[in-house]
Amino acid sequence: MIKPDTFKDILELAETENKKLYEISQKFEADSLEIAQEEIRDRVKNILDAMKEAIKQGLISAEKSSSGLSGDNCAKLVEKYKSGKSLFSKTYQKVLTYSLATIEQNARMGKIAACPTAGSCGIVPAVIIAMAESLNLDEEEQINALITAGLIGEIVSEKLALAGAVAGCQSECGVAAAMAAAGLVEMCEGTNEQILNAAALTLKNIMGLVCDPVAGLVEIPCVKRNAFLSIYAVTGAELALAGIKSVIPVDEIVDAMKQVGEMMSPKLKESSEAGLAVTPSGIQITEELAKKWQQD
Amino acid sequence: MKKVKTLFDVIGPVMIGPSSSHTAGAVRIGLLSGKIFGEIPQKVCFKLYNSFAKTGKGHGTDKGLLGGVLGMDVDDESIKKAFDIAKKLNVDYSFEYLESYDKHPNSVDILLEGKNVQKMEISAISKGAGEVVITKINGYSFNINGDYDTLVLIYKDKPGMIYKVTALIQSANLNIATMHCDRNAKGQEASMGICLDGVISNEILDKLKEIEEVYLIRNIEMLKK
Ligand code: SF4
Repeated sequence: MIKPDTFKDILELAETENKKLYEISQKFEADSLEIAQEEIRDRVKNILDAMKEAIKQGLISAEKSSSGLSGDNCAKLVEKYKSGKSLFSKTYQKVLTYSLATIEQNARMGKIAACPTAGSCGIVPAVIIAMAESLNLDEEEQINALITAGLIGEIVSEKLALAGAVAGCQSECGVAAAMAAAGLVEMCEGTNEQILNAAALTLKNIMGLVCDPVAGLVEIPCVKRNAFLSIYAVTGAELALAGIKSVIPVDEIVDAMKQVGEMMSPKLKESSEAGLAVTPSGIQITEELAKKWQQD
Repeated sequence: MKKVKTLFDVIGPVMIGPSSSHTAGAVRIGLLSGKIFGEIPQKVCFKLYNSFAKTGKGHGTDKGLLGGVLGMDVDDESIKKAFDIAKKLNVDYSFEYLESYDKHPNSVDILLEGKNVQKMEISAISKGAGEVVITKINGYSFNINGDYDTLVLIYKDKPGMIYKVTALIQSANLNIATMHCDRNAKGQEASMGICLDGVISNEILDKLKEIEEVYLIRNIEMLKK
């Protein structure tokens, strides 16, 4: 059987077979790669381990990236939380620090797992790993969540290239947030339908997000965007778990995102010719970096 | 960017940041180039173009390319220290930053010099999402992306060469996935890039090497996914 390439079809299949989405997905993956399902899970576990290691390293580092534009943000947050002062619960504090830890590891040339891209690598691990710690969930459940998250990304990518240069940041950090929301619903024992609603609600509200990195580097706005969208993903899961549905079905949302991505000016798709990249401060940073690197 | 085919195109790869096109892509270009060159070079110069030139330092494109040439893969934490490692190995490396409207946004030309292989020039592009293509070797056009084991040959252009090579490959029951040929302007030398649906044995490789007037032959193993 061919793996369905729409959310509607995969949901129908899962419901007829009375299985969770991750079970359906891991079976298709195993068949298409011609390996056992256990091996799929082992590979996912390796990626989960790499994500945990990136968080661990990121939490103890304040090393700046080579541009100097980021690298010390996570450390500031960790420091603040030591004082006990926060607007957030412990769980939310974790989500926020884990996402910054990961994305700043990326910025300083540390080892990360792209998810779905390097620029959006902080969102899925932060949500899945922080929430699993808070909810006391074991490794198997985190693997289930990651496979669920992956399935969301895979099906979106059937229509929408997961690349800022093609469809803007809605297709990188936006999709990462939808993946994280879906994974979190799986970990909280939500239904298949709730999983898809979490993805739908999350995608719908991030549609149109542009990619306008200052000086062309994966730092401004990417680093802080990972922090924001991790929390945002938890909102998507929370709403879906309450039974709130997206009125527009997720497949149609992806079609709309594709349309929006096509209508988006190429200047707002990673080329750094508009948006934040050409603000006076953005231009100043770009010029200073060009000078600095010419002298090196 | 190509469509995602498996779960692991979305979850992963595990890589050194910060950019799949400018860092991981650079490492993969370096790795393939190192394999094509066939030894650790004594001297290597990277000419970076366009976006590779403009944002290369911030993305570690320079370290990625050099690390790749030295044999490091995309998840190797020593990429960050590629300059120091190259110095220890006595590799004389340099970078040039250029602009060219004729070239792909993420392009690089790599000039290598070594002990056994005197000089080689390799051109490549990074297409995004870690996908790369080696487009030229010593002026001959190629299309090597690391998805297959690929045989690279440069030889004296004379009748029957393609037959000789493909017959040997077929004798080993190996399928040819794609094949890409080119010849120089004067028609004296030609090149073949043959993507294989399997692994070629040393025995066949030795026989290929015995073919007269083959100047360069390399078996480039496919890259880890
Ligand atoms: S702004 Fe652009 S470079 Fe940054 S994470 Fe989003 S898509 Fe990637």
